[in-house]
Amino acid sequence: MERIQVLVCAGTGCSIGNSSSLVEKFEEEIRSIGLENEVSVLKTGCLGLCGHGPNVSIYPDNIIYKGVHEEDVREIVQEHFYKGRPVHRLMINETDMDTSEIHDVNKTKFYEKQRRVALNDCGVIDPENIDEYIAKDGYTALGKVLTEMTPQEVVDEITKSGLRGRGGGGFPTGRKWQFALNEPGDEKYVICNADEGDPGAFMDRSILEGNPHSVLEAMAIAGYAIGAHHGYIYIRAEYPIAVDRLKTAISQAEELGLLGKNIFSSGFDFDIEIRLGAGAFVCGEETALIQSIEGERGMPNPKPPYPAHSGVWGKPTIINNVETYANIAQIINHGADWFRSIGTESSPGTKVFALGGKITNTGLVEVPMGTTLREVIYEIGGGCPNRKRFKAVQTGGPSGGCLTEEQLDTPIGFDELVKLGSMMGSGGMIVLDEDNCMVDVARFYMDFIVDESCGKCTPCRVGTKRLLELLNDICEGRGTLDTLDELESLCNTIKETALCGLGQSAPNPVLSTLHQFRDEYIAHVVDKRCPAGVCKALMKYEIDPDLCRKCGLCARNCPVSAISGQVGKEIYHIDPEKCIKCGNCLTACHFGAVVRK
Amino acid sequence: MKSLEDLKKIREEAKRKMTMRLGEEQKYRVVVGMATCGIAAGARPVLNTLVEEVSRLNIPVTVTQTGCIGLCSLEPIVEVFDAKGEKTTYVLMNSEKAKQVALKHLKNDEVVEEYTIGQYKK
Repeated sequence: MERIQVLVCAGTGCSIGNSSSLVEKFEEEIRSIGLENEVSVLKTGCLGLCGHGPNVSIYPDNIIYKGVHEEDVREIVQEHFYKGRPVHRLMINETDMDTSEIHDVNKTKFYEKQRRVALNDCGVIDPENIDEYIAKDGYTALGKVLTEMTPQEVVDEITKSGLRGRGGGGFPTGRKWQFALNEPGDEKYVICNADEGDPGAFMDRSILEGNPHSVLEAMAIAGYAIGAHHGYIYIRAEYPIAVDRLKTAISQAEELGLLGKNIFSSGFDFDIEIRLGAGAFVCGEETALIQSIEGERGMPNPKPPYPAHSGVWGKPTIINNVETYANIAQIINHGADWFRSIGTESSPGTKVFALGGKITNTGLVEVPMGTTLREVIYEIGGGCPNRKRFKAVQTGGPSGGCLTEEQLDTPIGFDELVKLGSMMGSGGMIVLDEDNCMVDVARFYMDFIVDESCGKCTPCRVGTKRLLELLNDICEGRGTLDTLDELESLCNTIKETALCGLGQSAPNPVLSTLHQFRDEYIAHVVDKRCPAGVCKALMKYEIDPDLCRKCGLCARNCPVSAISGQVGKEIYHIDPEKCIKCGNCLTACHFGAVVRK
Repeated sequence: MKSLEDLKKIREEAKRKMTMRLGEEQKYRVVVGMATCGIAAGARPVLNTLVEEVSRLNIPVTVTQTGCIGLCSLEPIVEVFDAKGEKTTYVLMNSEKAKQVALKHLKNDEVVEEYTIGQYKK
């Protein structure tokens, strides 16, 4: 009789850490001591602690082991499964070391403040087994909608819940559905936008990998609500695991008749097709996405007409983000009032964030709206590693901006972040510490935009290129105070004139760093100095003559022989002309005589 | 899928296989001492019987294991925690006794006095 279930994370993060071989290893070890009837091993989705992966959770104890490698498996099987002694050194929370009590993961710092709605069953169920989703009340919402509710009632419920689009803009989902429902005609489409392109963001991927059925169910509900019979999932081919799981999920749902003809004998037909994108950032923009689905080159079109009026094949279409869909079934099951009870007045519900950059707990977190950034970064994320000072947090990817230490007590919400010059975006959250140069950060995002601009409109195609050149000038020491003014005015022009959302928001990272960290820009253009020591052209290495012990270690480590002096006799000196600023001398010197300026 | 009933049937069936992961309110948490002393005294059959009985009787109870409880001479030891955290300790268990505990205590909420540690000490 089964008494323990082992769930090995099979998300992209843990798969990179070779979690698939762990499954085999567990099975092998379990068999070797004859526990195969008592312990079962399953694959599951992301639990959020991607930075510590591969992760393995053990039920019913509800323990997560982090960083499990093949050589740890035998110990876990023999100690924990056979003798009932959890392996403390692999458990996620340090405090667990103090007592031998088995701790529930929900009481650890990382999970205590989280509330999982969109990620509800992620990491608990096997995403490749539809039965497990059904056991967790899966497809009941679809059944309820088809047998008890009219399309208008469904739309009303979503409107009442106050759910806003999780892809970035925060447009009320219910209103979008209402527009599409009002359109005449029986050929309409439902699209799931899974073209997640922000650097460092992986919320949608994790949902699709961990619980693909939640998205399929919601799309069918949306189809019923607006009167559509066909859905597309637009997903990038760069997410092979998510695509595979979706395919499996669709075929399982079809087999059980939860997709297809006459679902729940209600006369409602709905099918879903996957469309693979090549990974262009602009295809996350809805009009470009529609073009791409139609087989055209992915380029945006002016709005209006909005997709709800004329979308794919010129028919009324709704496009929602993966995370938005992941909330739908739960709103139907628990009611709009339940959803409204989480989060804030203007932004109900939760939001999933991908924490990245200079943060201790890199990974995926879901918090109620209204949680402060400080709680997310310091309490859940564990702050900056290596005792570095926090400098800023970048939200909203290439369309967002940076928030500083003083703004960390802002409650998270769509409107709150826009007010501060950033935006929610799809949920990437990149933490920057004192070693990050803000001009360089702005340049990184601009470089990304220049690569990803589709080239249809001039402000974006030419403007962002010019912005990048100006930023390069600043980083390489050619900037002046005029460059900053030029930068700002060009940003504003692009914002006002670009065709689509990508172009209009492209200058945001520049504008926001320019406002929040103007002193760093000024240090670059006036003092020709990079305070964080990132911009190589502005860096200078020098040897402090008072500290130099004439040992010659720096000269021996210099790859370009830029350091001259004589062992024991003459103080060493760096020739700035020859120096390539590699920093070898700085690490080599035992006496701290080499300084970077 | 023809009706909500069909869905419910699949759900109930699937639920049985993953009760330990559903996170529902559990009536009792049963802990079996499984250190070397416990295993040597026959804790494994006790543990397996408890797991089987709980599943057969379909009651919301978690069965887990722990290391040495300390009273090695009284192993196998089974501790039953109720929702409030109150503990009942059964000592010198075997499969037969485990079946009784599952039926009487875990299902019908009557403590099986004669197997408890208090009774043993008298």
